[in-house]
Amino acid sequence: MQNVPLQGNQTASMVGAYPIRTNAQSRVKFLVGGLLIVAAIVYLIVANTQNNAQFFLTVSELKSSGAAYSGREIRVSGAVIGDTIQYDSQNLKLKFTVAHMPGDNKEIDRKGGLAAVLKAAVTDPSLPRMTVVYNGVKPDLLRNESQAIMTGKMGEDGIFYASELLLKCPTRYEEALPQQSGN
Amino acid sequence: MVAEFGFGVLVVTFVLSIYGITAGLIGAVKKSAVWVQSARSAMLLTFPLLTLATICLLYLLATGHFEVSFVYGVTNTAMPLYLKLTALWGGQAGSLVFWSWLLAAFASAVTLRKWDRDQEFLPWVIVVSLVTLAFFLGMIVFFENPFTRFWLVRGKEVEAMFQPLGGRLIFPEDGRGLNPLLRHPGMIIHPPMLYLGFVSFTIPFAFAFAALVTGRTDDRWIRVTRRWSLVAWLFLSLGLVLGGRWAYDVLGWGGYWGWDPVEIAAFMPWLTGTAFLHSVMIQEKRGLFKRWNIVLIILTYCLVIFGTFLTRSGVLSSVHAFAQSAIGPLFFAFISLTFVAALALLLHRWNSLRSEGQMHSILSRESLFLFNNLLFMGILAVCFWGVVFPLISELFTGQKVTVGPPFYERATGPLFAGLLFLMGVAPLSAWGASTWKTLGRSIWKPTVVSLSAVAASLAAGITDPFALVGLWLVAFVASVTIYDYGRAVVARHRRTSENLLMSFWRLAERNRRRYGGYIIHLGVVLMALGIIGIEMFQVETQGTIPQGGSLQLKGYTITYNSLAEFDTPDDRNVARAAVSVSRDGKYLGTFYPRRDFYYAQQQPMTIPAVRSTLEDDLYVLLVDWRPISSQGATFKVFVNPLVNWLWIGGFIFILGTMVAAWPDKEPEEERVRVKSTETVRA
Repeated sequence: MQNVPLQGNQTASMVGAYPIRTNAQSRVKFLVGGLLIVAAIVYLIVANTQNNAQFFLTVSELKSSGAAYSGREIRVSGAVIGDTIQYDSQNLKLKFTVAHMPGDNKEIDRKGGLAAVLKAAVTDPSLPRMTVVYNGVKPDLLRNESQAIMTGKMGEDGIFYASELLLKCPTRYEEALPQQSGN
Repeated sequence: MVAEFGFGVLVVTFVLSIYGITAGLIGAVKKSAVWVQSARSAMLLTFPLLTLATICLLYLLATGHFEVSFVYGVTNTAMPLYLKLTALWGGQAGSLVFWSWLLAAFASAVTLRKWDRDQEFLPWVIVVSLVTLAFFLGMIVFFENPFTRFWLVRGKEVEAMFQPLGGRLIFPEDGRGLNPLLRHPGMIIHPPMLYLGFVSFTIPFAFAFAALVTGRTDDRWIRVTRRWSLVAWLFLSLGLVLGGRWAYDVLGWGGYWGWDPVEIAAFMPWLTGTAFLHSVMIQEKRGLFKRWNIVLIILTYCLVIFGTFLTRSGVLSSVHAFAQSAIGPLFFAFISLTFVAALALLLHRWNSLRSEGQMHSILSRESLFLFNNLLFMGILAVCFWGVVFPLISELFTGQKVTVGPPFYERATGPLFAGLLFLMGVAPLSAWGASTWKTLGRSIWKPTVVSLSAVAASLAAGITDPFALVGLWLVAFVASVTIYDYGRAVVARHRRTSENLLMSFWRLAERNRRRYGGYIIHLGVVLMALGIIGIEMFQVETQGTIPQGGSLQLKGYTITYNSLAEFDTPDDRNVARAAVSVSRDGKYLGTFYPRRDFYYAQQQPMTIPAVRSTLEDDLYVLLVDWRPISSQGATFKVFVNPLVNWLWIGGFIFILGTMVAAWPDKEPEEERVRVKSTETVRA
């Protein structure tokens, strides 16, 4: 630092020489400045949490909630029923039905894992179901007994309009041990 | 044999590090040089030992020993050798070994430095490094052993290190292979860079801890570790930039950063580290913020461990968390323990860490640095809140809630803008005191220049107020930085007889931290330009078109020519479309977006075709096609304006960090050199 002039006529050596004194007025200034920044941060966090929090619901929770979530972005997960998938590849319109499945991973584990839960959900007609519409390319993994995680809004017509579609499949890949091959 | 040997070496290293910790503690308490020396030797021995263990694992990976479950999990015979070797960090157990090896390397390097002036720190630095190392080694030895193998016991397959009773080894013919997503040059260097960054932050933390324990609470620990912090920061930044580039090239969603919890986990120590790099300067120059600096380095260290934990425990589901295991609670316990211990020490030394002075002027350099730190902490708070909010909400209300990218973007956007603003003002403010008048005198010229950039943007038809503010900030910081650097170059040029270029170089050489910092700031500004471009002006379209048909986007015409589908030797099926691109009637070239389908993993990967210029990137994805008739195909097309400046800025950023971190000629070395020339003469 020694050889470089800091600012205008202010040099590094002057910094050390700067008289140390208490200045109540500048303390207040710092306090106000700091508090303003902290308040802004808190405001940004709180306001954006409220506006952008996405509730993660199951199909049955959504169906029984009435209009509580109308107009709000929410995430729903459901089991895809293969026979209902309709895809218009010219206009990229996708329509399918999902059946209720538990949203909690622990509950899924308790009921025998993802594959078993999805199978049960698709084959049990007594579970609540919901039609989903999505504008876009049909994902590869969208097939019977896959889990769809959809982000979007519930329409007044009872159809869920998804803006984002994620899919999970129980795969062979999860198996811990190799197929027996012996030696 | 190799597996048993490798595991044995790991166990020995673990025991050795426990011994080193004990010896270090005894040496520190008894002030016994012999014990400290013994701890030092233990520390130095961990490196060759871990090198040996790593070589064992690499050997198993390279030679396809699929009876080892780790090798089975991350490699297969079809993979080229370099991928087999880099698969070391493609899975949890291997990456923990790699982490430990890096830590041993760094800690040993520190142990080898000259300790004449810092004897009292030595045992504590060794203890902290070895505790960290022992924790990771313990995790490897007891829970995440990369050397376990498959055995057949009475018709059942089990995974174990040693032969179970009546068991015999199973040799699978082939492994599962590395996750295709990770088979990319960016993914090969991204994790090691990130780990290097993570690991090297252990060193400043160890010194801070040593300073607290020994009560030598002046700024010695900061001066000793300044370069380590910069190097750590360099690698962490490089890791983050490479990760972004990888996402852009491989994940096929037209972006580079998704606010994924694991990305955030790597970003959080970078935030505290950046705040730390700034605020230590205030301690060095003005003797302020001593406690705060300790807090920052403790936070950084804990976030580093937390980051490793998040990526490695599978506690949060994301693209990165490809590993599920029981080591989560252990990580959590270790983080809590170190955090509490370090904080307790800090409170113990609270009074001796009193500031030597006070801040006087709200416009002074140190006060602007304080605000900079507040903003960094604000961004950290947003990130932390975003990660833990879903957990908290579920705990208290039973309601599953998440926050996505919009939350992070909107909450951090103004804070980043504030940081940019400070980046423009701070270099022109003075230490100690600045007044509106002195600051105004130097700031008005760059301000005028930057406003003309806003006028130019308006003329170009940009009306979004947020974009205009962003562009103004970019122009403002760039003009201030260039103006201030230029002013100093001209002053030096007038004072000395050097030419301008020489002055430019000498100035940077004389004060690497300041001018390296300026280069970093310019890099940040360019990155900000790229981010504004892609975040605010990205346009996209998608459509299914027949052969010969075309899509239009922002003056570009993308014409679908043909599609080829074929198998490759490395066990994937490739569907590759040829599209020709023209802009305003001018032919620009043919590009090949493709989709790779990996048979072994049953996983498709969409690889974009990118036409990259400084103005914008045309990013074409092949999303669907008719395999039989080959009649039509579906494409998704993005135009990402200015995005290349993000990568160029990242490069300049790294360059600036290297300038700042480049070793100075230390007085000690100079003295040695004088002596040696004398001996030569004699």
